[in-house]
Amino acid sequence: MFGYLIGRLSQAVVVVFAMSIIVFVGVYAIGNPIDVMIDPGATQEIRENLIRQYGLDQPLWRQYFTFVSNVFHGDLGRSMVYNISVTSLVFSRLPATVELVLVSVVIATLIGIPAGLYAGYKPGSLGAKLIMALSVLGFSVPTFWIGMLLIMGFAVELGWLPSGGRGEVARFLWFDTSLATPNGWSHVIMPAINLSLFKMGLLIRLTRAGMVEAMGAEYVRFARAQGLPDQQIVFSHILRNISIPIVTVFGLELGSTLAFAVVTETVFNWPGVGKLIIDSILQLDRPVMVSYLVMVVVLFVMINLIVDLVYARLDPRVRLKGGA
Amino acid sequence: MNNSSPDNSNVADSSPIIARETTATRLRNFWSDYCESRVALMALFVIIALTIGAFGAPWLVPQDPYDLSLLEWSDAFLPPGEVGSGGYTLLLGTDNAGRDMLSAILYGLRTSFVIGLSAGVLALTVGITVGLSAAYFGGRLEALLMRIVDLQLSMPAILLALVLVAMLGQGVPQIILALVVAQYAYFARTTHGAASVERRKDYIEAARSTPLPTRRIMFRHLLPNVLPPLIVVATVQVASAISLEATLSFLGVGLPLTEPSLGSLISNGFKYIHAGRYWLSIYPGIFLMITVVAINLVGDQVRTVLDPRNSR
Repeated sequence: MFGYLIGRLSQAVVVVFAMSIIVFVGVYAIGNPIDVMIDPGATQEIRENLIRQYGLDQPLWRQYFTFVSNVFHGDLGRSMVYNISVTSLVFSRLPATVELVLVSVVIATLIGIPAGLYAGYKPGSLGAKLIMALSVLGFSVPTFWIGMLLIMGFAVELGWLPSGGRGEVARFLWFDTSLATPNGWSHVIMPAINLSLFKMGLLIRLTRAGMVEAMGAEYVRFARAQGLPDQQIVFSHILRNISIPIVTVFGLELGSTLAFAVVTETVFNWPGVGKLIIDSILQLDRPVMVSYLVMVVVLFVMINLIVDLVYARLDPRVRLKGGA
Repeated sequence: MNNSSPDNSNVADSSPIIARETTATRLRNFWSDYCESRVALMALFVIIALTIGAFGAPWLVPQDPYDLSLLEWSDAFLPPGEVGSGGYTLLLGTDNAGRDMLSAILYGLRTSFVIGLSAGVLALTVGITVGLSAAYFGGRLEALLMRIVDLQLSMPAILLALVLVAMLGQGVPQIILALVVAQYAYFARTTHGAASVERRKDYIEAARSTPLPTRRIMFRHLLPNVLPPLIVVATVQVASAISLEATLSFLGVGLPLTEPSLGSLISNGFKYIHAGRYWLSIYPGIFLMITVVAINLVGDQVRTVLDPRNSR
């Protein structure tokens, strides 16, 4: 197990380094950020000073090494647009994204699991077919389009909810959150629903598949034969048995929620990290792009690593094959 | 045991071979199975109609949205049903530049289809090559390739495509390239999964004992037997390529409005929804939704038909 752990860890480190080089070179290839930053009338001297200040006159490999050594000193660089450190910029935006993702996960779970259970319990019924059709919609219709429909319906036509922004925030424990004010809630609900739809579709399908399989299993038939009420069978026997794969897949999906948040945050003008990355791409804010992407790579490599290690722990065949 | 001829046994696994089935009877069986779902049949007709509308757009619609000289400022923001300066009824209204929405949508649909199909086909080719090579050669190559594929699959396609487009710049070829890089992994995974199973079967062993070149065994013997699951993935991936492109254009890194795709039309219309000019964004959106859902429904039905568990 220990050898396997070392092998996987070193692989992860190699991947992170390879990806950081790709990202760095790729981002470097986009436009010239200086042209975007200063006004065209600036003198040549100001221009060159700025280029030197950001180290853009250095060869690419040296810029990369400067970046890496700065990262090891905990410095991810300064945003060229906001002129503050990337770390504090990302962390100032993070709470907004986290609260959005949290609310959407709760919504997806509260609706997705019961709906999936029902669809698996009565697979032929009209309700089940309707639920499955909705899950296909949640899967296939682009997120931004649903978000736009929500805005048109609830914000423009009905005027019930605000169409964008984060609303009032209030301090809760250590950070500001809009979940602490009613106004904030009215802002968060629509984007959260929008972000939850994909995961809801996924949850419905997973739960339904598990439910259908479990309904034919020995232990369910045995429970039936004992005369247990269906309600008890479903909630205390089946749900417990099918919850492990659901939790696994759902946990993996949390990472990709970060990416879907990019779309939702743009539609609803939500000031989270997703909006930050889109803005920095459009404004050629290189340090923010590179740092964000490297952070995302690290996050996904870590998720993969954890999954691998958990699987290896559970299934010795994986670890023996991987060690060979 | 498996004595089917690999060269023309596309659905060998889904139908137990009693007598030699010809490709024609197999296709006929496939079609009659497919027609069992009315919804899927309707979805197929919708796709055909949209394809005709999109590729026949230059002959079907009153205006060429690419030709800026045809646009009149006085026609801007006409609601659906009005008659513009061109003298024809604007069924879906006009946009902020006086573009006829119906014309723009059909042209946009064409762009979306071209991008979706070419990205799908290219990703399929790359994915098959990667997946087959990994499964066939095994060893270190397999470990390396599938490691990359797995890592990519754990990352959401939209994020990858977004970054690639940001690096490559705007334009149709760039978007297609970004989509291929973002999507080939799905095909590689599916191919690898199916091919690793097929590879151990006797007919591949038999073929390997003959002096046939490796490439021939891979593509003529192995590939036809892993195709069925790939067809399903391909349909779904075309739909997902179309909606990815729309999403990228909506985010502002895709196609500019001078080359209207459905996404850039919606993105443009999004600016005006607060002014109550819903038709600028809602109609291209409806077309996008219908397209994507119809393709997914067709893919779903193909999956059901090809599923060996459903064969009679």
